[in-house]
Amino acid sequence: MSLVARHLEANGIATVILGSARDIVEHCGVPRFVFTDFPLGNPCGKPGDVAMQRAIVGLGFDLLEKASAPRTTVQTPFVWSEDQSWRDNYMRVEAGAPSGRPGD
Amino acid sequence: MSRSVDPTHRTFVSYIDKSREYYAARGYDNPYRWAHFDRVPFTALPQPLSQSVVTLITTAHYIPGEGETPSLHAVYSVPSDDPPARLSTDGLFWDRQATHTEDLDSYFPVHRLQELAQAGRIGRLARRLHGVPTEYSQRQTTERDAPEILRRCREDGADAAILVPL
Repeated sequence: MSLVARHLEANGIATVILGSARDIVEHCGVPRFVFTDFPLGNPCGKPGDVAMQRAIVGLGFDLLEKASAPRTTVQTPFVWSEDQSWRDNYMRVEAGAPSGRPGD
Repeated sequence: MSRSVDPTHRTFVSYIDKSREYYAARGYDNPYRWAHFDRVPFTALPQPLSQSVVTLITTAHYIPGEGETPSLHAVYSVPSDDPPARLSTDGLFWDRQATHTEDLDSYFPVHRLQELAQAGRIGRLARRLHGVPTEYSQRQTTERDAPEILRRCREDGADAAILVPL
């Protein structure tokens, strides 16, 4: 997806990525990135949380207007849960194999 | 909310590290080479967002209707004024243990965009919203899919795009 953003941007269309795989997006290098520190799957806000979803899309709009240089990342203020175990549980080396690759 | 942080580690999850270690533990000794560029393009919005045409791009899959046979490996488009009620996230890489993708707007915020358009935050939504396949081949994305997305964005007069990788 980062590659698509780069291609659009290079051809005159302003882009912003809303995502949760920070290292993959920043490793590629994109113009604008709104990072939400959530488990992969809901980068636009928690399921059912309309206010949060609207806020995250709104931050994307703000970045479209205000970023003055590429590689501009903003992090949204939202926290997934007090329990942080999802960070370690995901792709735990002894767990079962998911398919595909993250965040690409 | 504050949380305890291990200062010897990054605060956010590194999926590059996790996936490399995960597949190495399964005997794959040729780690995936993630796209990386030193130079990053930049285009300023040509006019205020309140006058701009905005589109939305997802990595989720279209769910074919009866008689339709869309490919998982082709760009697709859906009308922004009559979006599908659901998209498929099967086969994509997300955290099935921690969450779910039953709420479309949690990864394809079309209704939030419609509301923000109605409120005047953007000029309007582009006629079509798009899906792009996740390809192992960066070359296919760069040479085939990205140009096709650009062509469709230009056809619809889009000034800006919101891209949401799952």
